[in-house]
Amino acid sequence: MNLNNLISIALRALVNNKMRGFLTMLGIIIGVSSVIIMLAIGEGSKNTIANEISNMGSNMIMVQRNYNREGVSKGATSMESMKIKDYEDIARDAKYISGASPYVTASGQLIFGSNNHPIRVEGVNEDYLEIRKHEIQDGSNFREGDIKNSAKVCIIGKTVVEKLFKNDEDPIGKIIRYNNIPFQVIGVLKSKGSSTFGQDFDDVMIAPYTTVQKRIAAINYLHAIFASSISEEYSEKAIAEITEIMTLNHNIPEGKEADFIVESQKQILEQINTVINLITTLLGSIAGISLLVGGIGIMNIMYVSVTERTKEIGLRMSVGARGRDILAQFLVEAIIISLTGGLIGVLFGSGVSFIIRLASGWAVTVSPFSVILSFLFCTFTGVFFGWYPAKKAANLDPIEAIRYE
Amino acid sequence: MKEKIIDIRDIKRHFQVGEELVQALRGVSFSVEEGEFLTIMGMSGSGKSTLLNLLGCLDTPTEGEYYLDGKPVANMTKNERAIYRNRKIGFVFQSYNLLPKTTAIQNVELPLMYNHNYSAAQRKEKSKQALISVGLEDRMMHKSQQMSGGQQQRVAIARALVNDPVMILADEATGNLDSRTSYEILTLFQELHKEGRTIIFVTHNPEIAEFSSRTIVLKDGRILEDKVNPNVKDARTVLESLPKEND
Ligand SMILES: Nc1ncnc2c1ncn2[C@@H]1O[C@H](COP(=O)(O)OP(=O)(O)O)[C@@H](O)[C@H]1O
Ligand SMILES: [Mg+2]
Repeated sequence: MNLNNLISIALRALVNNKMRGFLTMLGIIIGVSSVIIMLAIGEGSKNTIANEISNMGSNMIMVQRNYNREGVSKGATSMESMKIKDYEDIARDAKYISGASPYVTASGQLIFGSNNHPIRVEGVNEDYLEIRKHEIQDGSNFREGDIKNSAKVCIIGKTVVEKLFKNDEDPIGKIIRYNNIPFQVIGVLKSKGSSTFGQDFDDVMIAPYTTVQKRIAAINYLHAIFASSISEEYSEKAIAEITEIMTLNHNIPEGKEADFIVESQKQILEQINTVINLITTLLGSIAGISLLVGGIGIMNIMYVSVTERTKEIGLRMSVGARGRDILAQFLVEAIIISLTGGLIGVLFGSGVSFIIRLASGWAVTVSPFSVILSFLFCTFTGVFFGWYPAKKAANLDPIEAIRYE
Repeated sequence: MKEKIIDIRDIKRHFQVGEELVQALRGVSFSVEEGEFLTIMGMSGSGKSTLLNLLGCLDTPTEGEYYLDGKPVANMTKNERAIYRNRKIGFVFQSYNLLPKTTAIQNVELPLMYNHNYSAAQRKEKSKQALISVGLEDRMMHKSQQMSGGQQQRVAIARALVNDPVMILADEATGNLDSRTSYEILTLFQELHKEGRTIIFVTHNPEIAEFSSRTIVLKDGRILEDKVNPNVKDARTVLESLPKEND
């Protein structure tokens, strides 16, 4: 039979049963739009986090204590095992890094005049700003000698400025007190905003690590070492290099777990992506189930309508429709329903994703993949779930069908 | 001599209903020439519909041979029979069997929808002509349920006509209609007959048989008599002699 006729037969039959068609479509609409929304949210959070992390420095490499191993073999030695020598060896010997900084930290209270603000001070060297992609807005980075002399100077973020300097004063050159130790503000950082999870990137106070070690924490070890690879593609090599230096320094025997971990921002990003992918898959599966339910809805209605429309089928056969004409009609009806439902679902899902984006500020993005996926699924559902009832209709005997009441 | 359009020999049709075997037709033989107007009569349950369904290729006999246009129907596939119904046969049912919620013109178009030799425009034109020939030119866009029984039966007749069939089979086509409307429909069939079409008209009403050229009476699945009607009544004359409706 000719395709035009087939489509107009199917369309006429659908128009005569708008309610039935609409109810069938509803399942598909809900299924498709939830797939699109779920995947858009998943994709969106992935993009948002990827953005944030590269904002923090995509070439960044961190050497941290291995907390896992500490759980097994306790002892202060491993807590304090990261030394300044480790940093010096890395800074001197590693070829694939463009900068390195020791890292010590301590919590305390900042006071300026009558204002105070709790903060975690980061003790680092002059390379740190570059490694963390911090930029100076006013003032300067540490000057020569600041590190060596354990100078009581600091660089602060926007949030700290707002909390301490309420009268719009210029913070540069002012003395603020950290746990009663006076620090001179020498720099203010450009704002980086805050992360999706509410972490404020501007709530920072950066001081020379020597100052934090001696005057605040009274320790001689490091909490971590930060470095940056010369470019993202060298990050693996840089990690290998640093690991080698550290393994040698810490006398880690072959095959034994080290008391440190070397991680790059990229790896962290990958780990987070793995988690998000998992969540996206989960959300997608839930959405997929609703799509499946929609498909079963199609089958259900098509099946019922074969019974309900037995007389119609008989009548069509009596005027010359062949089994395959009936089969084709039912299939085309199912496909039209699923594709229309799919289209409405895509529009609705994209609309809702857009609203979520406006409301939440996440980079919620409808991926072409999810649109193609759900469209393919719709066609498949239409054919798959329309097939059985259609086949049943096609095999009816004309006279039996027309006598059916 | 005229062509034998239908030739059936010792046709039997049995139905298995649970344990019981219903013998609806117990051996029926006759032939119909092109251009005949044949009435099949008999009481309810005598096998008229069963016979007509077989003649219309809607059903197949349990036993016996059926030659349609000289071809044995037993050798046709299901699809070939469908094509035969589509191109050569027009069927009119007692209960009209129109598609619900569908306009008259779309109902009439239905057989041509399954015939790819017609373009959409040709299909429309033919359907219009068929509706005009049954006197429904002003009802084309009316939907089935918006029409009276007589009008619906006219739509059904137009649908049976639209594919220019060699024969029209009608099963109690006037069974649901009042007598005036019945005569209108009969007039229509007589006109179609005059145009040269073969018509087989099933009825249990002996009066109606007087309008056809030949009558076969069935009883319990067998032919009781097969007689030619020498003086065929004219339905239009009867219709005009009826008291006018004053509405
Ligand atoms: N599909 C069927 N299944 C079982 N019995 C049937 C079927 N069709 C017809 N019959 C039986 O065959 C007999 C003849 O039926 P039918 O041809 O409809 O008679 P008529 O049209 O003359 O009233 C009846 O006894 C009827 O019950
Ligand atoms: Mg009957």
